[in-house]
Amino acid sequence: MSGLPAAHAMAARHRLQWWEALPWVAGVAAFFLFPNYLAFGTQVLVTILFALSLDLVLGYAGIVTLGHAAFFGAGAYTVGMLAQHLGWNEPLSGLAAAALVAGTIGLVSGLVLLRTHGLTLLMLTLCTMALLEQAANMGAAWTGGFDGMPGLSFGKILGLFAFDVLYFRSQYLYALVVLFLGFLLVRMLVYSSFGQGLTGVRENLLRMHAVGAPVRARLVIAYTISAALAGVAGALFTQTNAFVNLAVLGLERAAGVLIILILGGYGRLYGAFVGAILYLLLEHTLAKAYPTAWQLGLGLTLVAVALYARNGILGIVDALRRRLAAWSAP
Amino acid sequence: MERAVSATMLETRRLCKNFGALEVARDIDFRLDAGARHALIGPNGAGKTTLVNLLTGLLQPTRGAVLLQGEDVTTLAQAKRVKRGIARTFQINQLFRGLSVLENVCIAVAERLGAGGSMLRPAGRRAEVIGEAVRVIEMLRLQDDAGRRVAELPYGRQRLVEIAIALGLDPRVLLLDEPAAGIPSAESHILLDAIATLPAEIAVLIIEHDMDLVFRFARRITVLVSGAIFAEGTPEEIAANRDVRAVYLGSALDA
Amino acid sequence: MDLLGILLGGFAAGMVLFVVSVGLSVTMGLMGFVNLAHGGFAMLGGYVIVLAMKGWGLSFFPALAVGFVAIAALSVLLERTLYARLYRASELDQVLFTIGLVFIMISSMTLAIGPETQVLQLPEWLRGQVDLGVIRYRTYSVAMIVFGVALVVALWLGFERTTLGARIRAAVDNRRMAASLGVDVGRLFTVTFAIGSGLAAVGAGLGAEILGLDPQYPLRYLAYFLIVVAVGGLGRVTGVFYAALLIGVLDFVLKIYFPKGGTIFIYALTLILLLWRPQGLFGKRGA
Repeated sequence: MSGLPAAHAMAARHRLQWWEALPWVAGVAAFFLFPNYLAFGTQVLVTILFALSLDLVLGYAGIVTLGHAAFFGAGAYTVGMLAQHLGWNEPLSGLAAAALVAGTIGLVSGLVLLRTHGLTLLMLTLCTMALLEQAANMGAAWTGGFDGMPGLSFGKILGLFAFDVLYFRSQYLYALVVLFLGFLLVRMLVYSSFGQGLTGVRENLLRMHAVGAPVRARLVIAYTISAALAGVAGALFTQTNAFVNLAVLGLERAAGVLIILILGGYGRLYGAFVGAILYLLLEHTLAKAYPTAWQLGLGLTLVAVALYARNGILGIVDALRRRLAAWSAP
Repeated sequence: MERAVSATMLETRRLCKNFGALEVARDIDFRLDAGARHALIGPNGAGKTTLVNLLTGLLQPTRGAVLLQGEDVTTLAQAKRVKRGIARTFQINQLFRGLSVLENVCIAVAERLGAGGSMLRPAGRRAEVIGEAVRVIEMLRLQDDAGRRVAELPYGRQRLVEIAIALGLDPRVLLLDEPAAGIPSAESHILLDAIATLPAEIAVLIIEHDMDLVFRFARRITVLVSGAIFAEGTPEEIAANRDVRAVYLGSALDA
Repeated sequence: MDLLGILLGGFAAGMVLFVVSVGLSVTMGLMGFVNLAHGGFAMLGGYVIVLAMKGWGLSFFPALAVGFVAIAALSVLLERTLYARLYRASELDQVLFTIGLVFIMISSMTLAIGPETQVLQLPEWLRGQVDLGVIRYRTYSVAMIVFGVALVVALWLGFERTTLGARIRAAVDNRRMAASLGVDVGRLFTVTFAIGSGLAAVGAGLGAEILGLDPQYPLRYLAYFLIVVAVGGLGRVTGVFYAALLIGVLDFVLKIYFPKGGTIFIYALTLILLLWRPQGLFGKRGA
């Protein structure tokens, strides 16, 4: 390797930094420190996984989609329907089935939709999600329609750990492990040449074509993997909550995860973490008490972010770090 | 240098492109041989960039054919032609502005080496990609800026990154669209030096307005006017051609 | 309900969609700006119109005029101060900004006025039914249809016959070339944005008895506005007209025969149409 410092920096970029252990330490600590809030904590973990999957297509590939809940919902309903109608409630295989179904929908829709761009693509992602939502609504015999499927029950994880309906202890740790594994997958993709290529597509599509990259194939692959991951998040949702309803396929969930990712900072692995924790905490405390004020505050925040803080909280942190570095190195 | 048969790298046959009633390329029969050092000149709006767009596949012709090393690539998309050995730079830089210089070139090199789709190994572990990218960067004297984000660089250095990306693709045919535009004249020799180090068999086509650079670099010149080839020949022939002087070169050569 | 009645009902709904969405189509075609808050301008305008009649006792046409002017003014203000900063921004930023803006609009109205549906006080001559020979139908709906048709004709004439119209068409077709020919694209956009938002206000107010009017209006109909614009083709007034008619009739029919989940056909149709022609039914290729 040449002596160029930039080359060394690049070669070391993917190495684990010490602070990357912090979120997981915090996650385990929360288990012991907040035993009464593990249900909420589980939802945070599920949402982080969902946001991570969106970051792959939005933050890295630059595909603006308002319909990612289609895959979340596909995974959620797969697990629900398997449990309800086939009595298949083994959790881990359920996750695999959800990934398969959601991934397949992602592959098919990606092949078809990613030929378009801009408003047309945005519309098509919305339509796909709305189609699934309406189908779920109409197929009430399978999906429970508007009321969904409450009161599902799932088997023991690995045959050992039962779902803890009262305190959500096993759910929380289960979700934490699944999130960890999903995170490792995304991290690996992001630091690979494939991930670098995705960033290239986001930064300059024409240039990517002009270096010979098979752009559409790459985007479809990324979209499919992201869909599968979102499906796993959805499956986790159903398994940990023991119910599923139409909200998993709704615009609110899709817009919500988009907002979370932007607030935290997209195109950075940990933006999903920051955004989800902050947003869900605020929503949990404020939205129930003052829903209209919450919407107003959210609107103002989004406008401010779009105008001044496009890279979210982590972007602000980065900018501050660069300022500090410039100060202390005259 | 004697050559028994000159291998034709890039060729067009009666290439035409219309935008409605506007003809931007008219019956162009163009040839680029292996080892060519070819310049494409002409007044603004003559269709030089359009020709390059047609050659690389960014534009589809209305009529005619493009052949790369004898193979008809007329219907082949841009990315596929790149894989067959054509690389180009754009008149307006097309860079990955948020990424560092090294990352920009690494992306190109990774694609060339077939590593672009690899998902398992971290990009940083691909020493061959990074090493190759560093080599190209050093060729263009960009090593001091290797770690800096492209958006932060002055325009002249960005232009050199644009060329570095094309070189990183190790092409057999290199098409440069006004490569010196924006590079301060003190640094323009960097460009010529880099081209001089290229393997002799690579075919290089430059679109340029800087006549000094054209006459220093080119062994052959094509003059394009209003979408059609107006004249073609060695630099001496073109400089002596009265019609060319009238239409285009004018006082630039009298100086 | 017989066929003609269904068609008329669908046409009326389509006309409301048209009047509201035409401004969105032209501004998107002109600036490429994804304005998801367009429905918010419509909603605010509808409220101004309804409340002007209820609270200030204005009669019908003056109220419509006030609504148009008020929202046009508001849109100019927002466009110059906020929107203009995002013209070169990424699509994502534009989506974020306009979602945030519409949240602000919805919550403000809910806080200021309340979440109830507003009722439009129809003037005497719009109430009751009118005899069209073949059928007796609600005067209000017929008037809506007449208004929509008159508007599309007026807009078409405006685009074809006036200098402003020519400039807009040129800029929609090729913004850079229009600018290099001396068209002040920035000011053009402000004017177009103002007129489009004003029309949306009138559409929401006028159509309050057909589409309803409450703070959630912008989000409830967001998909429909976007579908009409995308299917019609950006910047194509006649395209938006036909697309709005199509969606209006389709939705009306579906509400009658497939009340639960009938909208799936609209989404499916949109999906198929946009995949077949991504530029919309009337848009230009390679946009």
